[in-house]
Amino acid sequence: MYKYFDHSSTTPVNDDVLSTYYKILQKYFVNSESIYPRGLEVNNLMEKSREKTASLLNVLPKEVIFTSSGSEANNLAIKGTALKRKGFGKHIISTTVEHSSVERSIKWLVDYLGFEVTYLPVNQNGVIEIEDLEKAIRKDTILVSIMYVNNESGAIMPIDKIKSIVRKYPNCYLHCDCVQAIGKIDFDLTDIDMASISAHKIYGLKGSGVLIKKQHVQIAEIISGGQQEFHLRAGTSNAAVNIVFYKTLRKALEAYKDHKSKIKKNHDYLLEELKKLDKIVINSPEDGCYGVINFSCLTITSQVMMNALSLKGFEVSAVSTCDSQKAISRVISQMYKDENRLKGTIRVSISHLHSFEDIKGLKEAIKECIEDYG
Amino acid sequence: MAKLVYEYILVRYGELTTKGKNKNEFIKKLANNMKLALSNYPNLVFERTRDHIYVHLNGTDPDEVTPILKNIFGIRSFSKTLKVENNIEEIVKAGKDIMEDKQGTFKVITKRANKKFEILSDKVNRMVAGEILKNYGPNLKVDVHNPDYKLIVEIREKNTYLMAETILGAQGFPVGVGGKAMLMLSGGIDSPVAGYLTMKRGVEIECVHYASMPYTSLASLNKVKELAKLISGYQGQIKLHIIPFTNTQMEIYRVCDHSYAITMMRRMMYRLAQSLAERNKCLAIVNGESIGQVASQTLESMAAISEVVNIPVIRPCVTLDKLEIIDIARQINTYETSILPYEDCCTIFTPKNPVIKPKKDKCRWYEEKYDFEPFLKEALENVETVIISPSTKFDDNEDLF
Repeated sequence: MYKYFDHSSTTPVNDDVLSTYYKILQKYFVNSESIYPRGLEVNNLMEKSREKTASLLNVLPKEVIFTSSGSEANNLAIKGTALKRKGFGKHIISTTVEHSSVERSIKWLVDYLGFEVTYLPVNQNGVIEIEDLEKAIRKDTILVSIMYVNNESGAIMPIDKIKSIVRKYPNCYLHCDCVQAIGKIDFDLTDIDMASISAHKIYGLKGSGVLIKKQHVQIAEIISGGQQEFHLRAGTSNAAVNIVFYKTLRKALEAYKDHKSKIKKNHDYLLEELKKLDKIVINSPEDGCYGVINFSCLTITSQVMMNALSLKGFEVSAVSTCDSQKAISRVISQMYKDENRLKGTIRVSISHLHSFEDIKGLKEAIKECIEDYG
Repeated sequence: MAKLVYEYILVRYGELTTKGKNKNEFIKKLANNMKLALSNYPNLVFERTRDHIYVHLNGTDPDEVTPILKNIFGIRSFSKTLKVENNIEEIVKAGKDIMEDKQGTFKVITKRANKKFEILSDKVNRMVAGEILKNYGPNLKVDVHNPDYKLIVEIREKNTYLMAETILGAQGFPVGVGGKAMLMLSGGIDSPVAGYLTMKRGVEIECVHYASMPYTSLASLNKVKELAKLISGYQGQIKLHIIPFTNTQMEIYRVCDHSYAITMMRRMMYRLAQSLAERNKCLAIVNGESIGQVASQTLESMAAISEVVNIPVIRPCVTLDKLEIIDIARQINTYETSILPYEDCCTIFTPKNPVIKPKKDKCRWYEEKYDFEPFLKEALENVETVIISPSTKFDDNEDLF
């Protein structure tokens, strides 16, 4: 039985992606910027991956920037915009529930470079009120950075409405952290100026991400140096990883298409079963994305629940893994104030790799934990 | 709705229908070219008649075949055709189905070759059109004078055949009916266009490319191969002869005034092209020259250069503006490859002040004083020939993606 339920944190590498990666590593070690034939060959393969990735996402090849992670993509988008565009204003808008790499990039700009930030709160459904954005945005706002899907609650932000507001401010870019959206929902990058993607969340490799940066968008580089990635990200290209990125994305989108209904079915089943249990409250919004269920047991703290489930072999998480040292979830605490609820948050991720039996097993385990320790 | 199962594709001939006695030969050639281009689809059966070629699909997806047919010269147009029983309900249903994904105006034209079929053509027209209007009313309207779609219903002896769309072919003559020519393929924008225009008139081409390694790179050679691949589909496959040209070029630069280097270089290239043409039974040389585009393409230059050969030199782009050439390059999808920034043998030794009105006498004088023959001979002995088709893969890396 498959007992890993933390796919929002990271995913196992797809077999095909892994074997392709081995093959590339063995065959092509030369620098992709070298101009002897083998260097050109590696470079060609990387550019082919860029082109194919672009066409899959409906953008241009020159709009695809390979990075080392979703976090780096977020840093590049936010800091890069701030540095390049500070002449247009020093105001940034974001939300209180962003991933730490967005949150702390903005904080860095506030602390060290005197930027001003407005954090939009979220309601109990985990999404911003669109009126708040309308009120907060101003002529000197140069960037709105809002995630597509929340990593802890699964809430889907009203991106279409956000787009239509940001579009009215020509000096303002819209950046979307799409790390949790890819492979989980239908998404559309039209009118999004920058979008971050991570490979290891979609059954790819760690150390691999992409920033989509539309051609009209001007940003400064964060890592200065060589000519790689259109001068926006220096450092010898991680060619093998970048080459395999396309296959990773393609496989993930195919899996989403093929298994959408299975994930929905498993998601709905687990959700209904959890609702039946005493002392359990659901934190994820009703209209969140399938595959993420955040709940709290009001009588068991997250830590105890995780330990108890671990003893039974189940791996789940309490808060965003990047914040796992923290006691309570920053995201859920924006949606609810009840202390017992916040102390007991658990996030379960459901993948296409799970069978119905797997889900039933998890349900039973949670039930037992509550009986034993609740 | 499930995808419609088409029976065959009806192919109509282009200009060749006017060619009297040669018509049969032309049709045979066209059918052969089609078979070659579609050799990846083993289920297709080709039936040749005086007026049409029928490509029987036997389960092959017509949407895979269509883009390939569009690139075959000698085809005026073609239509995907449905086959149903001679039964009015089936005919009406098929008429409706075939129009499902369409928008605009239409007209139903029934041809009742089988007079035993009890319902008159006009009535069939009305019944089919009525069913279409009932189902797709807002999207489709009847226009009997100038319809977007002519839905043809042919009721024959055994079955009824329906077609709604006429897809435009590439026109021209079937490649090969006009003999064979040698195209000088440089890697620029013009020469692939020249090749395309030549093939369109039914002339098969082989390509010659002059490589100046190490002054030109492997990347630039790969670009030429890619261009050859892009135009190879029009005749099935293409032969590319790669001539090592460095030593000849070095000798020219050693002995000639640099203002004459390009003229002398082109004279050598023409000689090599002619030798290669004769060796491969090509009747002419084709290139992408256009009057006045560069120093070697003035009329004086052309005269000074082409005097060294005695077979016809065909320059399909000769009177086209650069923008007109680019338009065609975009249309045949070679433009993006042509503009990749790699040096070629013409750009690499470009003199500061090339002569634009070269004197034939001066060229001859150089050639009398210095013996270029050994260099040309060496180049010809070391020609490398590759055969390239649309399915040629220059690397086997598809599985990485």
